[in-house]
Amino acid sequence: MNKDAIRDKVAIVGMGCCKFGENWDKDPQDMIVEAAFEAYADAGIQDPQRQIEAVFCGAQYPSKGTAEVADALKLFNRPVSMVVNYCATGTDAFRYGVFAVACGMYDTVLVVGFDKPKDRGVSGPSVAVTGVRGLPATPAGWFSLCAAQYFQTYGAGREDLARIAVKNHHNGTLAPKSMLKREITIEDALNARIISWPFGLYDCAAQSDGAAAAIITRRELAKGFRDDYVLVRAIAIALGPNPQEDPDFDFLRWKPSAYAAEQAYAQAGITNPAKEISVAQVHDCFTLTELLAYEDLGFCEKGSAKEHIKSGTFELTGSLPVNTDGGLKTFGHPTGATGVRMIYENYKQLQGKAEQRQVRNATVGLSHNIGGAPQACGVCIVALP
Amino acid sequence: MAGITGYGAYVPMLRLALGKKGGPERAVANWDEDAVTMAVAAAIDALRGIDRASVDAVLFASTSYPFKEKQGAAIIAKALDLRRDVSTTDVGDSLRAGTNALRAGLDAVNAGSAKRVLVLAADTRMAAPRTALEANIGDGAAAFLLGADDVVATFERSHTVSDEIIDVWRADGDPFVHTWEDRFVVDHGYRDNVVEAVRGLLTKAGVAPKDVTKAVLFGPDARSHATVAKKLGFEGAQVQEPLFGRLGNAGAAFTPLLLAAALAEGKAGQRLLVVSYGDGADALLFTTTPQAERLEGRRGVAWHLARRAEMPSYDMYLKFRQLLATEHDRRAGAGLSATKHFRDRDSDITLRAQKCRRCGQVQFPRQRVCYKCFAKDEFDAVRLSDKVGTVKSFTFDNFAGSPNPPLVAGIVDVDGARLYIQMTDVDPKEVKLGMPVELTFRKIHEAGGTPNYFWKSTPLR
Repeated sequence: MNKDAIRDKVAIVGMGCCKFGENWDKDPQDMIVEAAFEAYADAGIQDPQRQIEAVFCGAQYPSKGTAEVADALKLFNRPVSMVVNYCATGTDAFRYGVFAVACGMYDTVLVVGFDKPKDRGVSGPSVAVTGVRGLPATPAGWFSLCAAQYFQTYGAGREDLARIAVKNHHNGTLAPKSMLKREITIEDALNARIISWPFGLYDCAAQSDGAAAAIITRRELAKGFRDDYVLVRAIAIALGPNPQEDPDFDFLRWKPSAYAAEQAYAQAGITNPAKEISVAQVHDCFTLTELLAYEDLGFCEKGSAKEHIKSGTFELTGSLPVNTDGGLKTFGHPTGATGVRMIYENYKQLQGKAEQRQVRNATVGLSHNIGGAPQACGVCIVALP
Repeated sequence: MAGITGYGAYVPMLRLALGKKGGPERAVANWDEDAVTMAVAAAIDALRGIDRASVDAVLFASTSYPFKEKQGAAIIAKALDLRRDVSTTDVGDSLRAGTNALRAGLDAVNAGSAKRVLVLAADTRMAAPRTALEANIGDGAAAFLLGADDVVATFERSHTVSDEIIDVWRADGDPFVHTWEDRFVVDHGYRDNVVEAVRGLLTKAGVAPKDVTKAVLFGPDARSHATVAKKLGFEGAQVQEPLFGRLGNAGAAFTPLLLAAALAEGKAGQRLLVVSYGDGADALLFTTTPQAERLEGRRGVAWHLARRAEMPSYDMYLKFRQLLATEHDRRAGAGLSATKHFRDRDSDITLRAQKCRRCGQVQFPRQRVCYKCFAKDEFDAVRLSDKVGTVKSFTFDNFAGSPNPPLVAGIVDVDGARLYIQMTDVDPKEVKLGMPVELTFRKIHEAGGTPNYFWKSTPLR
């Protein structure tokens, strides 16, 4: 890997995000158009037909594939490609867009992440029963597999998870486009019905519909769009072994997170993430996923997450605020959109436009997704010039 | 001379009280059990310490086996990791199927066409809910190894009568067993046929009723069983306890289960009379050998009867048997991909893992490239199903569809291989990291309307 290949060469000049939620009255095209046109307006793009040279999109549940985006935006006679990479789908679509710009092939690229899971009539992913292994195939069941070992080894428990849910519920109330806007208490979280132990209802992200979009261009061209552009400092994807099969897995971490973080930090030249990163959006499909991310991404020492949760390190007023817009927990989780939504939040935070949830002195933002069993992780670091 | 060389038994853990809790009860299969899974469990009990490659034939007897066309013995042979050229046969359609299979197996050994035969009988019969017939039925399975060497009980001779009578029947497509009026069935069906078969056998063998050590007698219910035993001239101590109120009438597996219980008493020189009933009657005479006292390590009937858990309610039983309408249809979905199943049979049905020849890492399921040292295609097969594993991780999943939530699932470490599997016959409160578990062949789902099997873990007891 050439760690310097893309650093600070690509600028984000516009972003958009539709309201996430159970958007019963919206087609994918409604959400894609809302996100893309907000991004056009944000970038000052008057004529997307002329200015957008290529499109990279990501969706986990696409019914029409690339045509969903091309048809919605009427962006024909140019490349439109689609990426699928579990919950890192949106981040990976963004990554391909960054490469396409960084190599000089295109000046201006549109990235769109979207998903419409709520047309399927079920909560959570549907289980296609074509085999007998790997059941029960519920993400809550998969992501809970680190709980027993982690709790026993480090003395953490459901209350530590509940504090994460309380934080993200609070942050969600401050984000206009979030799905859930309701404060909860630790007791609410602890007393909720159990979905898959140790996860109660409030430990689980809100699956939702949604779309988010980004306009990226070469750094030299960024000033032509706006002054307060944000640079892409690093972007990484890493796969890990299926934790359900991996013979030497210790169930105290998620390997893909550490793998992707190592690559991203090498690209960004970051050696002390807890100090050098000012704001982070991490994958909180379940509260424990967020807890493990604190450690896997080097925000704190292995096993120390519960102390930092108690002391407020990751709250809006803490030294490293995490999931400032409510995260997957309350902002919602349309799989393909999530990675792009996180970059949207970091972009707003770095520009100082995050309104009531604005954190202080944000100069470097990290976003992180992990998905599958989980096996795939994406990490993106954006920064002010 | 052919005889029984080993035995095993299986009785499901759950008990359904017939009246008040603590009183008479019957053994009922869990929602993930059927005749096939119970036969596999009984066979594993019988095969302890036996080289599975030595089994030449499998005879599987059941009246409640879930397929009409597709052989149970073949599924069982694959689950047991038996030889590819094993002879497999299903025997069914009559309560006598268990002794029919036993006789056929003994004949095969005597004829020299097989050296080691595995005979299995299993039933999970259903009668209409809340009927007297239902209250008499229990679920269970028995297994016998037959051969001519190291015989535990030598087969002396047999006598059979065949009869055409409308007494107990179940038509194709009907989930429930039916019966004619009980006094007619008992007097002209059960009593007359059993008495004729037993007297015929004892006359042929020149054995008086008093010379029989144990009469292992089928019975439709406790009272008729006692009446016929008395009519045949057997004193109380001569009659093998029929387990009504504890197990129940286990159909084609009933007489085999009682025989397994009689063999467990393990004394040499005993004369065992084994009688089953159904469209006639089979009577078989065995004599135990000193080898009977040397056979150890079987769980048999007694262990399984001691291992019990109460079914929480009768409604739960109805739910398990899919006799209550629920939102969640367990048969929904397209079912297995037959071609995927074809490729995955060694992993899924046999629970065969692979051991890397280079680094020694055991891994599951089938991989082309080693998880640890990345060697390609350098593996030896390892059977995991007969090993004890330890719980590496777990969760209690209320979201996964289950008739009895929460569904317990987790990672089990078996010889270094990691299995992501469900846990069954378990109270969530007893689940702990590092706890030892054994593996049990179960129905994993019924998508597509057929039972689809895989292995689960269960606490080592």
